[in-house]
Amino acid sequence: MSHEHEYVSNTSRIWKVFGILSLVTIVEVILGIYKPDSLHFTNFLGMSLLNWIFYALTVYKAYYIVYAFMHMEGERSSLRSAVVYPLIFLILYLLFILLTEGDYIYGVFKDSTIKWNF
Amino acid sequence: MESTVTTGNSEEKTWGGGNEPMGASYGKLMMWFFIVSDALTFSGFLAAYGFSRFKFIETWPIADEVFNHFPFLHGVDAPMYYVALMTFILIFSSVTMVLAVDAGHQMKKDKVALYMFLTIIGGGIFVGSQAWEWKNFIKGEYGAVETKGGSLLQFVNKEGKRVALADFAATLPEERGQLTRDKGTWFMSEATLPSYSVAEVQAGFKANPDILIRTEVLNDKKQKTILSREESMLRLSQAHYVVEGANLVRNEYGSKLFADFFFFITGFHGFHVFSGVIINIIIFFNVLIGTYEKRGSYEMVEKVGLYWHFVDLVWVFVFTVFYLV
Repeated sequence: MSHEHEYVSNTSRIWKVFGILSLVTIVEVILGIYKPDSLHFTNFLGMSLLNWIFYALTVYKAYYIVYAFMHMEGERSSLRSAVVYPLIFLILYLLFILLTEGDYIYGVFKDSTIKWNF
Repeated sequence: MESTVTTGNSEEKTWGGGNEPMGASYGKLMMWFFIVSDALTFSGFLAAYGFSRFKFIETWPIADEVFNHFPFLHGVDAPMYYVALMTFILIFSSVTMVLAVDAGHQMKKDKVALYMFLTIIGGGIFVGSQAWEWKNFIKGEYGAVETKGGSLLQFVNKEGKRVALADFAATLPEERGQLTRDKGTWFMSEATLPSYSVAEVQAGFKANPDILIRTEVLNDKKQKTILSREESMLRLSQAHYVVEGANLVRNEYGSKLFADFFFFITGFHGFHVFSGVIINIIIFFNVLIGTYEKRGSYEMVEKVGLYWHFVDLVWVFVFTVFYLV
């Protein structure tokens, strides 16, 4: 019961994924160059809407790289879960603490008498 | 052969070896272990970058103004294009890698070799591009001045366009001696002196009424604040150091941490790409001499493929965090 028996050659899928990744990158670059005001100046949960879009597109690309290129979709669901869920949980957790703390220190520098650069 | 490629055998006892937990061979599973831990390492770095950026959210440099070079286009403001090209090169080398893995499953030796070769070339071009990006970053373009309080002042003309120090700094008849180890007492030395002294920049600024100072602070249009002439004079009188280019202590782009994170994170990623290229070269030669043909399995190509895709995956995030957001 080796995984090799489950493997199906699928070059057309590889090229399709390449198309998707390229398209998303092009969209990111266009958005990054033009920075539409409606997205760039709209604040949503501490970040501009444009930044949220960038992160969403990045995660979308990451999904295709892991699932198609690293062939995660062909692995057992136990392996899939063991890799993906701890990463998602730990990274979100880390980001939450550090970014909250960073924002708090920003407030300290801004509102109190402590100054960093002047 | 049996020691390098484990194949599942359900007749063996559970604890006797030969089992494949989660249906993945030993090598592949260990590669996944490594990737998960390395992914957490990179997340730690990027989260630290986010922490520092949130801490100095109002004074962080604007990436478009820093990374705006393109080969053979001197003085042209080309934000993003070069790094987009680099991203394409890396994604494409990922595609050739996955094609090599695919050819390996069909035991087509020549195709595996060809695609591995293309992957190595792509990785090489990427590392070279990264080096060029570093060169521009370290060299700098305009130069800036640091105040006694540690904040950075850049120079613009009336239209708000950046002006280089060389364009306006005066030449004063002054001697500036470089403190070197042989002149210093008790192991003292200093970094290479900048092209201009603070006094020369100040004199040049006085002589050119069209030049204004741009501070690090972002205004509500998310642009850097430009001071009036009077305010500019006042700020410049507090200058104490001329900054040209970037190093780990200070950089002409703004926040000191910006250059530190740039060097550390892109450097760490570049080191991964470099190791990936070396590993790919080893595997490439193994393919050529028929090691995997004899072994009857191209699983080794699959394992380095996992690593290579992971490097690409990290770049996708580095690209977003450093260049887009």
